[in-house]
Amino acid sequence: MTEEIAAISSGERLPLARLLTRIENRDPSVRALMPELFAAGRGAHLVGITGPPGSGKSTLVNALIAEWRRGGRRVGILAVDPSSPYTRGAILGDRIRMMEHAADRDVFMRSMASRGELGGLASTTWIAAAALDAAGYDPVLIETVGAGQSEVEIARLAETTVVVEAPEMGDEVQAIKAGLLEVADVIAVNKGDRPGADRAARQLRAMLSTAGGRIERKPPPVLVTTATTGDGVAALADAVDAHRSQAREPLAARERASSQVRRALADLASERAGADPRWEETVGAVARRDLDPLTAAERLSRD
Amino acid sequence: MTDTPIRVLIAKPGLDGHDRGAKVLARGLRDEGFEVIYTGLRQTPEMIADAAEQEDVDVVGLSILSGAHMALLPRTVALLRERGMSDVLVAAGGIIPDADIVKLKEAGVAEIFGPGTSIGEIARYFREHVRQRA
Repeated sequence: MTEEIAAISSGERLPLARLLTRIENRDPSVRALMPELFAAGRGAHLVGITGPPGSGKSTLVNALIAEWRRGGRRVGILAVDPSSPYTRGAILGDRIRMMEHAADRDVFMRSMASRGELGGLASTTWIAAAALDAAGYDPVLIETVGAGQSEVEIARLAETTVVVEAPEMGDEVQAIKAGLLEVADVIAVNKGDRPGADRAARQLRAMLSTAGGRIERKPPPVLVTTATTGDGVAALADAVDAHRSQAREPLAARERASSQVRRALADLASERAGADPRWEETVGAVARRDLDPLTAAERLSRD
Repeated sequence: MTDTPIRVLIAKPGLDGHDRGAKVLARGLRDEGFEVIYTGLRQTPEMIADAAEQEDVDVVGLSILSGAHMALLPRTVALLRERGMSDVLVAAGGIIPDADIVKLKEAGVAEIFGPGTSIGEIARYFREHVRQRA
């Protein structure tokens, strides 16, 4: 084992933090570490937490951390926020709501900017999650804003996906739209102290019990939580824990592995093509409409 | 690795509740292409050092208006050094008397930005003085 991985496995935090930086930066040195990093993994439960902005995700994550800490578990968190597509800058503000755990040595929280390029999120996030796993954090939570395709990415990566909704965030039709709810393994209707929370939960349950989508599976549990007071949070943590074994059934594990490999394959191919001396010329030909993108990609993927 | 964004932690140590300046700076730095981790009000030096460690930031920017800077800023620098982060740039902003500025710089605060400093100036300073990553 390299010194670096040994230090990370023994719980040292700065080496872990610095490795996470290299992972985010797509530093070439990470590639060589991958087999060892994976072998050092301890099988942490990978939990995705997603939902629309303002549903209270960060506050709920904060309450969940407290719950798991009471059970003596070391918790790792990756909080992903969007990068500006123009300046590449980002404001990562999830720590504000998690500061009560800042001094807890058994909680490790890292803010990550999505760094748009090549779908930034999932391609480095799963490696970052592997690093937290090797460092002995379990569960490893990945928090993302669910407002587009990112929640689908997170569902492919995580073993258990929690979708956080808030009451009054839209009518029933909003909820039936494809996407967010379909990827949920557990649903939390947060801000449970607001009027309409129980009704929203009932509507969701009714809808999920009859709706199609992934019909073969049983509908995900819908729980009402109030992150600010902690109400319902223990039940949510239990529901997440209970889903772990289901997520590890061979079929589910295989599905996840296949999307991971696909994802890695796409990243590798695109990285390799980008470094190809024919890149500029080929892209230029597509820009002039002399060549279609698919043929261009085919040429670039040929040796 | 020169084109990876610089990561900056913006924190408010101590008890004053005036975070407008810190928020304006956070947004301005984002627009300058920095990744800004904003931690909010009432941070202890320990909390700031812990966050800086986990986030592996290049810069720690401390906004302080309470007058407790002589107690809080050197302590934050010392904690960062203790944790092996002596290469992290520490800068402060706020209302700090000239006599204290000298002492703070001796304690390891790289620069102090007073009222009226433009965000462009701060961004330039960070870019020029941040550690070079291996």
